[in-house]
Amino acid sequence: MIQYAVLYGFFCLALALCLNLWRLLKGPSFGDRIVAMDTMVINAIAVIVLIGISTASATYYEAALLLAMVGFIGTVAYCKFLLRGDIVE
Amino acid sequence: MTAFAILPDIAISVMIVIGATFALIGSWGMVRLPSLMERLHGPTKATTLGLGGMLVGSILFFHLAEGEWALHELLISLFLFVTAPISANMIAKVHLHQLRVKPEGGVLDSIGPAGIPPLPSDQSSWATYEAPAPESAAATSEA
Repeated sequence: MIQYAVLYGFFCLALALCLNLWRLLKGPSFGDRIVAMDTMVINAIAVIVLIGISTASATYYEAALLLAMVGFIGTVAYCKFLLRGDIVE
Repeated sequence: MTAFAILPDIAISVMIVIGATFALIGSWGMVRLPSLMERLHGPTKATTLGLGGMLVGSILFFHLAEGEWALHELLISLFLFVTAPISANMIAKVHLHQLRVKPEGGVLDSIGPAGIPPLPSDQSSWATYEAPAPESAAATSEA
């Protein structure tokens, strides 16, 4: 039963990532693209968690945690650059 | 006995399915909604909730199937629940800044049904970057 749930999860997340990619390519403003990148990172974390469940290995959670931190810092850096014209002032 | 043996599987599967569905709903909302201020709602709420559900499923899986408590997932969900409002606030501020810097242009088609957000008061504006006024001390001083 868990295999089918994981398969359904992979299907949903692949579809969600395609929708995010559409929004990332279409825009129209910079903020839309930043939102799309942020959501793509969150969905990628979900994919990593699902891979960890499907292989029953706890190795993947460090990768998910690192991606969560780096994704947040990336989003804030994009926003700071658009707001202030610089990242580190 | 068999009915109890299958209960952990059901719990894990339900959490994974709920999480994946909410993640998909969040991304669909980001595509479907008309403007950036509305588009923020999908990822910041639905997708974060979906990832939280999936992480709960993962905690249950590693406890019930492997017999160990893994607290990494709790750390990930805590971190995400703390950072999601901050990035949403930053993106909304970018939107306000872009509206102010160039009110007509590429962002006009993403203002949406709610319109431009009102100013905080008559005397002030939103706290985003703007170039100093030409005659002010900040603009005329030598760097």
